[in-house]
Amino acid sequence: MNLKVMDVLKKYTMTFALIAVVIFFFINTDGKILFPQNINNLISQNAYVFVLAAGMLLCILTGGNIDLACGSVVCFVGGIGAVMMDADINEWVAVVVMIIGGLLVGAWQGFWIAYIKVPPFIATLAGMYAFRGLSNIVLQGFTVGIRNETFLNVFGGGADCYVPDFLHGTNMNMTCMVAGIVIAVIYVAAVIKNRISAQSKGYEVAPLYSELGKMIVICAVVIWIFYKLANYKGIPAALIWIAVVLLAYAYITQNTTMGRYLYAVGGNEKATRLSGIDPRKIYFFAYVNMGLMAGLAGILTVARATQAQPTFGQGYEMDAIAACFIGGASAYGGEGNVFGIVIGAVLMGVINMGMSIMGVNANYQKVVKGIVVLAAIIFDVLSNKKKK
Amino acid sequence: MGKVLLEMKNITKTFPGVKALDNVNFQVEEGEIHALVGENGAGKSTLMNVLSGIYPYGSYEGDIVYNGEVCQFQKITDSEAKGIVIIHQELALVPQMSIGENMFLGNERGKKNAINWNETYGEADKYLKMVGLSESSRVLIKDIGTGKQQLVEIAKALAKNAKLLILDEPTSSLNETDSRALLDLMLEFKKQGMTMIIITHKLNEVVYVADKITVVRDGSTVETMDCHTMEINEDRIIRGMVGREITDRFPKRSNVEIGQVNMEVRDWTVYHPVYAERKVVDGVNMNVKKGEVVGIYGLMGAGRTELAMSIFGKSYGTGISGTLLLNGKEVSLKNPREAIDAKLAYVTEDRKGNGLVLSNSIRVNTSLANMVGVSDKGIIDMDKEYQVAVEYKDKLKTKTPSVEQNVGNLSGGNQQKVLLAKWMFTDPDILILDEPTRGIDVGAKYEIYCIINDLVKAGKSVVMISSELPEVIGMSDRIYIMNEGKFVGEMKADEATQENIMACILQSGRGE
Repeated sequence: MNLKVMDVLKKYTMTFALIAVVIFFFINTDGKILFPQNINNLISQNAYVFVLAAGMLLCILTGGNIDLACGSVVCFVGGIGAVMMDADINEWVAVVVMIIGGLLVGAWQGFWIAYIKVPPFIATLAGMYAFRGLSNIVLQGFTVGIRNETFLNVFGGGADCYVPDFLHGTNMNMTCMVAGIVIAVIYVAAVIKNRISAQSKGYEVAPLYSELGKMIVICAVVIWIFYKLANYKGIPAALIWIAVVLLAYAYITQNTTMGRYLYAVGGNEKATRLSGIDPRKIYFFAYVNMGLMAGLAGILTVARATQAQPTFGQGYEMDAIAACFIGGASAYGGEGNVFGIVIGAVLMGVINMGMSIMGVNANYQKVVKGIVVLAAIIFDVLSNKKKK
Repeated sequence: MGKVLLEMKNITKTFPGVKALDNVNFQVEEGEIHALVGENGAGKSTLMNVLSGIYPYGSYEGDIVYNGEVCQFQKITDSEAKGIVIIHQELALVPQMSIGENMFLGNERGKKNAINWNETYGEADKYLKMVGLSESSRVLIKDIGTGKQQLVEIAKALAKNAKLLILDEPTSSLNETDSRALLDLMLEFKKQGMTMIIITHKLNEVVYVADKITVVRDGSTVETMDCHTMEINEDRIIRGMVGREITDRFPKRSNVEIGQVNMEVRDWTVYHPVYAERKVVDGVNMNVKKGEVVGIYGLMGAGRTELAMSIFGKSYGTGISGTLLLNGKEVSLKNPREAIDAKLAYVTEDRKGNGLVLSNSIRVNTSLANMVGVSDKGIIDMDKEYQVAVEYKDKLKTKTPSVEQNVGNLSGGNQQKVLLAKWMFTDPDILILDEPTRGIDVGAKYEIYCIINDLVKAGKSVVMISSELPEVIGMSDRIYIMNEGKFVGEMKADEATQENIMACILQSGRGE
């Protein structure tokens, strides 16, 4: 039994760390950290981290490979879109161009990394400089505003960046509240269905109490978050995009052959090659996908700011990398999952926000962030060592 | 009788699940060349690693007495301080650095924070002269050949003030002339009073230089022969090396009909991927029939793995030439995928290095080479994958609480079964098994043999590469013998004995 408790603790270390951090800030900010507005901000401010971390996770899975360029690509792609919309080009044309732009950048970097064997660190360092420069060229060094209403509404920018309340609640946003409950119900139904089907086929299933406990915790958290949001302005548009991306990547990593190959290449490249899988294609896919996510993050970033500036996206790559490593992705590849990066991104977000509310000097905030990242990696290295 | 310089008493070293050394006693007298011989995996290198402190004091049982005192080495530098220097089979030189820099790497000449380059190169040249190497010590390692690199290793050992020099397979990468020069150098050192231990497979070399020969077999020292008091020849040494009887450690195969030729290789030649002028496989001809187990025996470095991997979708080597026929039709397999599609399977020698993804579960490893079999348009059918993993787990009797267990947590034998399951799931006609029983215990070996028998009973062909003679003889229908990249013999199982296989290898070695 004690062993099992240890296993659970080990598996969810960062989740418990997150809870501890939330409690710490709850006490030190007189509960301000959990105000509805702050929960809302936590989501919309960090939308880019979730999206970029999803792309980064795939790269890291292939062997601890990172993409330093994605922050610059966010700015580059966002800049292109802003300039196009400024010239009154249709918003959907702009969006398609931005997405294709992201994909092309990814293919460019992926080609060098996968087929020419340029070390990812160097290939993307080059990209970091080059695309930053190109962003400046595209924007000609200026800030370009975005006035396109449709674009801003869809991608969570401006004042009206919430899903409208179709149900016209009086004290709270009823659509939001109902959505939260529906999601919880769907989740419970899915778990039960899965369990019944697993049992009927005679597969082993997790003990009932553990599955029940997990279900109750997740439902409570979901309903609580939506309750908080309902008491503010409702569902932020950015949350929809985050949810779509995270669900899609959870599915890709766990249920598709491509996802499997990402883990396999990172776990043992030679064995994967001898199993008839071309590792080069896997690396290429990871970086093209990273480009796609950088494109989407670029859209969300300029929408939120309602403008594009040549300095946008600086340091975004580091936030994404940090979220992955804090979330348990192995720096050597082959390990990590989407649930982990969510925890990692939220943990970083909570620390940032908590310290800001407490009025901690911005320089100290960076020191704390650095220590958190280091601690997470030390944990990864030590637990790997013990296995050997 | 000279003074005893080194005595290793009752050395026992266990790895998880394997007893690598069992109560070994080993004595070396001052000023002699002592040869250590035995089959692959007999424990020679382990014994030397214990001696040099690679396995620190405390990780083994027994005593090392050197120069009259009991030693407790914690690391290599401890043993080197006493003058025990080991030269490993794989050269440990940094190619981008000069000879002089390599020679004093970690042992730099000069003051603490300033290297004295004149002293470095001056001393290096002195030691190079001692080993008879006429190169400047400023030349980079990558610009000289392997023969000269081996001499640099020896010079490096001398620079460490070696009193007891251990050479692990010093001639394995050298040609005939360089080998002879090296052996003569050893004899020269002996005259100057140096004590040496040489580990080698080449018995003609043993007869040429050794004063005494100790035979290691299955983790124990079997006997020590004194070359000056008794008549030593290679046959005598071989008898000591293989000396055990084959009992029924191999399950009988009955009523397996051997059919037509399934795979044939003609004139297969492969060059080294880095040193493109080096022939690793040289004009090999072989065939495998339906329902047949063909053994390929050879010592380490004979080119067996390289042969197998080059056949399996050119996954090793450059400049591959020759013809590969499957079911009588000539095919060209450009990558492992095409090989798998052509119903070929290569079960790798190094399970951990290039066979399994240790951080993944049994289920995931089982399906890796045949994802199409458990997925539809890129979406994995988890149910099906689980069922496949369970099916093979039961079939191969893999011992595990669940197929969700990470393979890294399994024992060697069970890992091997997962690896076999992975390849059996690709539904191959021909399986190439590379050292299928290396490092696993006797019980698991027997189970692997049973699986091999089941495979051929089901009409598959099996090529089994092994460096364990009893296994090759006990399991194969036919045996090819490989040495230095060439096939040097072919025998039916019933005419093969350990002695005539070894003799076959030795004769081919001398023929050059």
